[in-house]
Amino acid sequence: MNSAVDAPSQSELDDFRAQVSAWLKDNKPADPGFLLPQTFMEVGSDQQLDFLREWQHKLWSAGYLGMAWPKEYGGQGVPAIYQVIADAEMRRVGVPIAFNVIGLGWAGPLILHRGSDEEKQKYLKNILSAEDIWCQGFSEPDHGSDLGNVQTRAVRDGDDYVINGTKIWTTMGNYAKYMILLARTNPEAERKYDGLSFFLSPMQVDGVDPRPIQKLTGEYGFTETFFTDARIPASCLMGEEGEGWKIAMQTLQYERGAEAGAAGGLMQVRVVIDDVIECLKGVTRDGKPLLEDPVIRDELVKLMIEEKAHSLSGRRAGIPALTSDYPFSLNLSGKLRSSEYARRMRKFAVAAQGGHGGLYVGDDDALDAGFWQRAYLNNFSTTIGGGTSQIQANIVGEHVLGLPK
Amino acid sequence: MSNILSFTDEQAMILDSAREFCREKSPVSAVRELLSSETAFSRQTWDEMVALGWPSLAIPEAYGGAGLGFGSIVPIAESMGRALLSTPLFSTTLAAQAILRAGQNAHKEYWLPQLAAGTAATVALLDGGDWGATSTSCAAARDGDSITLSGEKWFVADAGVAAAFVVWCELDGGSALVLVESDMLAADAIQPHAMLDETKRAAKLNLEGVTVPAANLLDAANADGVLRDLQLLGALLVAAEATGSTGACLDTVVDYLKTRKQFGKLIGSYQALKHPTVDILCDLDAARSLIYHAATLLDAAEAGAELDQDTEIACRMAKAQAVEALTFAGDRAVQFHGGMGFTYECDAQLYIRRAQYSQQQFGDAWHHRKRLAGLLLDSAA
Repeated sequence: MNSAVDAPSQSELDDFRAQVSAWLKDNKPADPGFLLPQTFMEVGSDQQLDFLREWQHKLWSAGYLGMAWPKEYGGQGVPAIYQVIADAEMRRVGVPIAFNVIGLGWAGPLILHRGSDEEKQKYLKNILSAEDIWCQGFSEPDHGSDLGNVQTRAVRDGDDYVINGTKIWTTMGNYAKYMILLARTNPEAERKYDGLSFFLSPMQVDGVDPRPIQKLTGEYGFTETFFTDARIPASCLMGEEGEGWKIAMQTLQYERGAEAGAAGGLMQVRVVIDDVIECLKGVTRDGKPLLEDPVIRDELVKLMIEEKAHSLSGRRAGIPALTSDYPFSLNLSGKLRSSEYARRMRKFAVAAQGGHGGLYVGDDDALDAGFWQRAYLNNFSTTIGGGTSQIQANIVGEHVLGLPK
Repeated sequence: MSNILSFTDEQAMILDSAREFCREKSPVSAVRELLSSETAFSRQTWDEMVALGWPSLAIPEAYGGAGLGFGSIVPIAESMGRALLSTPLFSTTLAAQAILRAGQNAHKEYWLPQLAAGTAATVALLDGGDWGATSTSCAAARDGDSITLSGEKWFVADAGVAAAFVVWCELDGGSALVLVESDMLAADAIQPHAMLDETKRAAKLNLEGVTVPAANLLDAANADGVLRDLQLLGALLVAAEATGSTGACLDTVVDYLKTRKQFGKLIGSYQALKHPTVDILCDLDAARSLIYHAATLLDAAEAGAELDQDTEIACRMAKAQAVEALTFAGDRAVQFHGGMGFTYECDAQLYIRRAQYSQQQFGDAWHHRKRLAGLLLDSAA
């Protein structure tokens, strides 16, 4: 991003890796005594929020978040490779997530690329420091994955827009100060996409009512957000009226990490099959260790093969000679493969526990404090959210294989 | 565990030219013409492969080979599988690896240049159908300067055209590998199997009373280790071939789903067919990543060196994944072609027959996952 800076040498990068690794080890928070969210979609209590806010602030204060963003907006102004290294070390050391994901990975990069200087000054630093939490208002109750059909209305009235409608699955809607909002300014537009506009919309105004949704885990993390004649300043409009669809699609590009413009930090705690094996070590079946049971072993090895293949496919995706048959296959199927694998792995981790599989968070006898039970249920957010696996399979079938709609 | 995957420009060139060659030489009409032939391959195509140097790739330069890693055969095997093109390349390659890994200098100097130049050879490892057997009922007995064999071997690939057989037998209470030349066999020693996969040929090899010079005993201090490595290399070749066949099978399914109409709609628009077809693609992608991972590890190893644990894991994972992918793809290919799929004329039969044969060769998916469990779960305990 900041190409004015000379490319760093390998030894500089190695030094940096050692430095960030040492800092992370020294500053990794102690176990807080309650289960921490594995993703930003699981922040369900003030206790969890306060913890994660403090951690993100600490990470940023130490200079390991938003490294590639300009200094005047709270960043470090160094090449993105530094953030990539810092993120890799965070994953390796296993620190908590940088939870302000919509700000760090969506709104922030968008403002950096398209925003006015005033908007950059106003928003960016507070995204990094976790002072301002951001949420996203794309999905609506009746339209699921079909963003083109957004019905929430924004009507210009003098210096304001008046918003009416309902958004759903607003992550941290009850904690957020701002929302990136997709709303319809022109219901008459010939193409439904051309009637949409994009707003950096304040949440703490009259007429905005985020009501927490209780998830299947019993916890909170999302809201349904009702807009009833909510007035927001006209200056909240990003770009021009009618550019909403284009800008919304642009925000999705940043998700892929620091090199794509995101501020960095872990978006989710990585859970791997070795963690499942570790959990199952003490479990017995037929009076013998579960891990000696041939059926269980075969299932575990199937999962291990799949996990390894996903990891290798990430490398293969970068080798054009080995992706020539269906060049977009690995990229377009990535979400489908990884979320479905994660679901099946967690499902297995609960099912294989024997009687312990029936316990839940809060029971002292639960294995790993009930982590797998909760993780399995929460993982449906990844196979449903952002386009269900079934929609993803349609996309891959139609766009990779060329199958008819 | 290693997670490397790299592909050199040289390998990219091999892949490119191999795909082009196989596509040109082996359209499905040519595959079908060979189904009922004696050898299941075209002599002319084999000669051209030899001219391209394919049998020589993984043979060291000192023995007349190209001196590339074993991984360089993976793109060729994948390309052959894609075109359902059979030749004695895999059999000959494995026999060369057996001689390279277990032979004395004299064996290598005599045989490897010949195999590099296109003399076909094969390996005879299996008694019956159990790839997991740890001993063989095929016995060798010393008799002065010669060795007399007994018993029989099954699934000896390309036996009808092989000039030499590397045979696993038991000698002095342990495993041994003996080189049997075709002129040492009885006239009716080779009994072809009726093959489920009609693009392949394999036979029972009757070794009862076959006498070979004692000099034909390969010098494997660690015959069991060499046998394991041969099985792993064979498994990888079949995995690469099966991956190619899965790609071709997927293309066949996709073509049909895009052209066949039922109830007024292209059948590919039905999610009941579309989604499993995407599953085939994802299974194929996993297999492809695993075979080239194994190839990467093998290319990094010294020629003929015992395979390390990472490579063993990689070969076994590749085999388990690739044959499961092809079996699923072939099975769905028949089903999705409807009544047409039930006919001999439909190409789906070629893939499902290939799938079930590939599943067995060098151990099926359960066989390899069982061994992976030992490698991956017990060491962690």
